[in-house]
Amino acid sequence: MKNRLIVSPSPHIYKDESVERIMWMVILSLVPAGIAGIIIFGIKAFKVIFLGIVSAVSSEWLLQRLTKKKITISDGSAFLTGLLLSYTLPSDIPFWIPILGSFFAISIGKQIFGGLGQNIFNPALVGRIFLVASWPRYITHFIPPLGYDAVTSATPLALLKRQEIFEQFSYIDLFLGKKPGCIGEVCVLALLLGAIFLLMRGYISWHIPITYITTVALFTYVFGAKGLFRGDWLFNILSGGLILGAFFMATDYVTSPLTHKGQIIFGIGCGLITAVIRLWGGNPEGVNYSILIMNAFTPIIDRYTKNRIYGR
Amino acid sequence: MVRLDKNKSFTEDKSIESLPLPEKVFIPLIQHIGRPATPQVRIGDLVYLGQKLASSSSTISTSVHTSVSGRIVSLQDWPHPVLGKARTIVIENDKKDTSLFTPRSHEQIDRLTPEEIRGIVFEAGIVGMGGAGFPTHIKLNPPKSIDTLIINGAECEPYLTGDYRLMVEKTKEILKGIELISRCLRAKDVFIAIEDDKPEAIKAFNHGLCNTGYGLRILRSYYPQGGEKQLIKNILGKEVPTGKLPFDVGVVVHNVATAFAIYEAVYFNKPLYERVVTVTGNCLNNPKNLLVRIGTPIRELIDFCGPLQKQPFKIIIGGPMMGIAQYTDDVPVIKTTTAVILLDREEAALNEEKPCIRCGACVKECPMGLMPCLINLVSQKGLWFKAEELGAMDCIECGLCSYVCPAKRRLVQSIKRAKLEIR
Repeated sequence: MKNRLIVSPSPHIYKDESVERIMWMVILSLVPAGIAGIIIFGIKAFKVIFLGIVSAVSSEWLLQRLTKKKITISDGSAFLTGLLLSYTLPSDIPFWIPILGSFFAISIGKQIFGGLGQNIFNPALVGRIFLVASWPRYITHFIPPLGYDAVTSATPLALLKRQEIFEQFSYIDLFLGKKPGCIGEVCVLALLLGAIFLLMRGYISWHIPITYITTVALFTYVFGAKGLFRGDWLFNILSGGLILGAFFMATDYVTSPLTHKGQIIFGIGCGLITAVIRLWGGNPEGVNYSILIMNAFTPIIDRYTKNRIYGR
Repeated sequence: MVRLDKNKSFTEDKSIESLPLPEKVFIPLIQHIGRPATPQVRIGDLVYLGQKLASSSSTISTSVHTSVSGRIVSLQDWPHPVLGKARTIVIENDKKDTSLFTPRSHEQIDRLTPEEIRGIVFEAGIVGMGGAGFPTHIKLNPPKSIDTLIINGAECEPYLTGDYRLMVEKTKEILKGIELISRCLRAKDVFIAIEDDKPEAIKAFNHGLCNTGYGLRILRSYYPQGGEKQLIKNILGKEVPTGKLPFDVGVVVHNVATAFAIYEAVYFNKPLYERVVTVTGNCLNNPKNLLVRIGTPIRELIDFCGPLQKQPFKIIIGGPMMGIAQYTDDVPVIKTTTAVILLDREEAALNEEKPCIRCGACVKECPMGLMPCLINLVSQKGLWFKAEELGAMDCIECGLCSYVCPAKRRLVQSIKRAKLEIR
């Protein structure tokens, strides 16, 4: 028996959990939103998602190959980045947009920092703002859902920004996704299904998404219209990328604070920046910028929101 | 804190059984925290059961006794379950169990002063039997006055059932031991803490506690509920300040098995030469709770619970969260051996370490409020002062951070390293 015994320091048992499983579970939770996007915008949406994922995974493989690192594409993290990036894109875009976006997300957003766990900013959002900055024409070119006549359209938030009437969208339309927008963000119902799954399984906690959404709701209620306390907060929650961003991007482990206290500050910060951009900024939507800005604050939030150590 | 898979069903319903006497016992001179004891017998000496083999005059140390009667055959280095190797007295068993104990009468016991009880405990070589092995006579003589005594029957580690069986089978005896401890400490309040996954023990104590004035505290079975600091916080709502000991907040915690050993020492004049050991794991055909003489090689315990169903790939002494993996089955049972656990190939497999994804599981679960993932990062860079800033010295080494980590990072391991470097 002697020579066959394994000796290692304690603990000797481990929870049945892995990074891979977490990544694939998050991907699973995003499937309903993707299906909804494809139903709403048609096969074009599927192409964007497919190209985004393939490009992200191949970029990760290529870069790990070139830098002679271990190939870790099966961990699902690159897949998830490609998926999330494509969800933030409109469906009617040239094929090379998701490909370039995913390549940028993985290379500049992730691998340049040293790969999984090392990046400061959410890679999918890095990819998206690269696309927005480089080819704004494509990224803000929305088509309405299938079955509508118009060729191009503006998102509800853009209409709101231009002070145009948005009464064409009922809350139910907004909730189900009958509105122009990005592939993965339009169907709030599908996103909530995934979010509930993640919350119930404990893969994310409520601290970031709930404080984020509540802050946006409160802020837009108070300042969202002429005169105080008259804003349409529900419209603000149901429009744009807030639900996708709050539950699936702001909660990214790598780029958000470690403690619940920090996560609450992070969520409130995201909410304030989003609301300010939406109400008074140059862009109709502020979710991606707000999350990226708060990503930059994560290290400093971590420093000042450490848990109280027992006995101190 | 986390609810673990307890795996206690292997042995929780098995009554304590005595292991047949071994041919030879291997008694290490150190089985406790502190200085090793100095031998006071020579090779060739004949010893009776329970005779003192070694003692020490150091402040923190205690004596060791033989667990069989027979002849001393050697003093040599021998595998040790905690230290790897240690000086050990080897005794050949004559299997006669000749002993010279004289039980004390009730009148004698009632008249014992705290000093006399402490003296008996010191002479009996009793140490904390929950695993740490701190000499008990010191914990019966705190430098400050104590208002609360907590008796730890939490047994929060998976697989372990020795304390549980003792609580069910020796309730009265444990209560008598508790009475002796509280007499020493002059504690105002006495609480017995048991986790809610031990209904039989709770029933037994509920019944036994009538007319004692002791309180029963039922804890939810979360690991590491049985940690001294966690018990104090959960039962009394107090925290032990960092760097201080429980007596600084007027509390002393003793294990139920220690209370039982004190009872035996005082009532029967019996030194600590045997203890209950859970022998378990799915490699064994007949996992058991055994009453074992100190110094018995664990191979004999394993053989007695066999035959083996599967080849064990890891042998742990203690619980799976804080216990120590053994390199040989020659190691003897010592005073702090709570269990021998055999893990099969699958259970013993080592997982590859992945990068930290900052999921925060370790931060959420750390019972001390530390951020293990950050201490791990600074430790890997050798930035020990930063590890200290992050509170590494407050770590109780419960292992929960490593347990929950999805990336299988060696978190508690790196914190232990940091603690050594900081010291």
